[in-house]
Amino acid sequence: MMSVFAKEVLDNFRDRRVILNTLILGPLLGPVIFTVMISFMTSQATERMESALELPVIGAENAPALIGFLEREGVIIEAPPEDPEGAVKREEEEIILRIPADFGAAWRAGQPAPLELIADQSLRYTGTTISRVRGYLNGYASQISQARLQLRGVHPEITRPLQVSVVDLSTPESRGGMLLAFLPYFIMITVFMGSMHMAIDTTAGERERKSLEPLLINPLPRWQIMAGKLLATTLFALMTLALGLVAFVLAMGFLPTADMDMALNLDFRVAALAFILVAPVALLAAALLTILASFAKSFREAQSYMGMVILVPMIPSFWIMIDPTRTETWMTLVPLLSQNVLILGLVRGEPLNMAWLAMSIGSTTVLALLLAAIAGTLYNRPKLIFTSD
Amino acid sequence: MIEVQRLRKTFNKGKVVAVDEVSFSARDGQITGLLGPNGAGKTTTLRMLYTLLSPDSGQMRIDGIDPAAEPLKVKQALGVVPDSRGLYDRLSARENIRYYGRLQGLAKADIAERIERLADVLDMHEFIDRKTNGFSQGQRVKVAIARALIHEPRTVLLDEPTNGLDVMTTRALRGFLQQLKAEGRCVVLSTHIMQEVAALCDRIVIIAKGRVMAEGTADELLRRSGRDNLEDAFVQLIGSDEGLLA
Repeated sequence: MMSVFAKEVLDNFRDRRVILNTLILGPLLGPVIFTVMISFMTSQATERMESALELPVIGAENAPALIGFLEREGVIIEAPPEDPEGAVKREEEEIILRIPADFGAAWRAGQPAPLELIADQSLRYTGTTISRVRGYLNGYASQISQARLQLRGVHPEITRPLQVSVVDLSTPESRGGMLLAFLPYFIMITVFMGSMHMAIDTTAGERERKSLEPLLINPLPRWQIMAGKLLATTLFALMTLALGLVAFVLAMGFLPTADMDMALNLDFRVAALAFILVAPVALLAAALLTILASFAKSFREAQSYMGMVILVPMIPSFWIMIDPTRTETWMTLVPLLSQNVLILGLVRGEPLNMAWLAMSIGSTTVLALLLAAIAGTLYNRPKLIFTSD
Repeated sequence: MIEVQRLRKTFNKGKVVAVDEVSFSARDGQITGLLGPNGAGKTTTLRMLYTLLSPDSGQMRIDGIDPAAEPLKVKQALGVVPDSRGLYDRLSARENIRYYGRLQGLAKADIAERIERLADVLDMHEFIDRKTNGFSQGQRVKVAIARALIHEPRTVLLDEPTNGLDVMTTRALRGFLQQLKAEGRCVVLSTHIMQEVAALCDRIVIIAKGRVMAEGTADELLRRSGRDNLEDAFVQLIGSDEGLLA
């Protein structure tokens, strides 16, 4: 078994493709994409919040007082484009304010005066801009309504039966954690990336080279041959994971955390914990990919199966993005999901629940060993050995 | 010493009969040739002997060991050069052979010593430390033979050993097989080439359509068929010349 392991490691270290894919691209991909994505998102967000709002207005002459208010608030009023709806659809303008001709009449009659905001709400970034415009308009509206009430001798407070304020208990770490929802996915994908090439090479590759039949004629039980291959694949997965985590820790230094008003709790201590947490996934990924690749006759065929499997670790990450509930005990028993929630906890700076850590490692290891045991029986099937018939 | 009795193997749930009640024996110190057209069941028979396939029925003994009952012991007793000679391209010839030595459970020193000896005999010194990805067919077969013999097995099975080899390499290979025979080993090779068995084999087992059509020395076969050359005898014995030219 150890001979198989040693040979597979040596064999694959000789392959430049493996080194490039597994040990360089694999670990770097996640951190680089992640860092670029996060920096882009935060810089966009701050830009939108801080830059002066440019607002094209149709019919500005219908409400000179409102325009004056907006200009005092720092909004830059612009002339409207020829075709406002079209301009918004073509994304030339984000939002346009239309003041209808009957605004003045309604205003003087003391009725709600109509205003229209033309925008495409399906564009994600438009939300911020719409709420900024609404904020200015609400400011104007409450100013006017207070003035009207006071004129009639009514205390303006009477229209505010509730005073709601949010006591924000989020720490900088926990706010960072929200942005980091995809960090666990990027960490786990490194494990799958790291084991992919090796899993294919040791199984489908062996069949393609026609070296599997001679190999199995050697006097050792077939499960031991498979175990040696699995161990080698797991080793590569772990190396990729370790390198990936180091890359992540280093990449955090490039993130504009100051602008984001949050701290990302990803130092080498957290990375080490994450490594322990994700290590069983390495065996899980190695066994799963090895089983799949064993059924393929060639490298290429195996690669086409792999594309689908890479999506597997994505499922829990998406689920958490869509439904970010708090961690419950049952979650820590589900492989892949448990790593997701626990890594999120770690980067949020929450204290680590040792029982949860143990359950995650335990359940994942059990599933991984189960898959490994299945893999161990595969070479008892003649169909998976011979290339020709 | 190999004894095979009434060996039967079917595929596709019995629809395809690959090997049908095959019986033959191969003795130590002799070269036994399994001669037959492509698809006659030679490879399937050998695969059952080296335990990668299990027979539907029948008995096999290799030096008294039943492959079905003790597959690992049989694999230690056998040296096999199968039809597929896949080598590891990124490893050198020496590393390829060493790997099989390790898998056979040999000590490092023994492996190194035997590789030297095999490199002498098979004339491999020129390329023994090169990576195998640029190797010619002849060089590949030599490596495949060396790694199959690293544990010095008493019984050697070769499936179509001269496939794809040039004349010079074939001659060298025949010389090597004669040497194995002289050392008292039991050598079994499968082939569809008449000249090969004529030049090499002490005993010939003619297989066609999964059945043994005749068994004996070249002279015995000639006498039985009433022909004066082996090629005609072969056609006579298998009943057609189908597959002969392949």
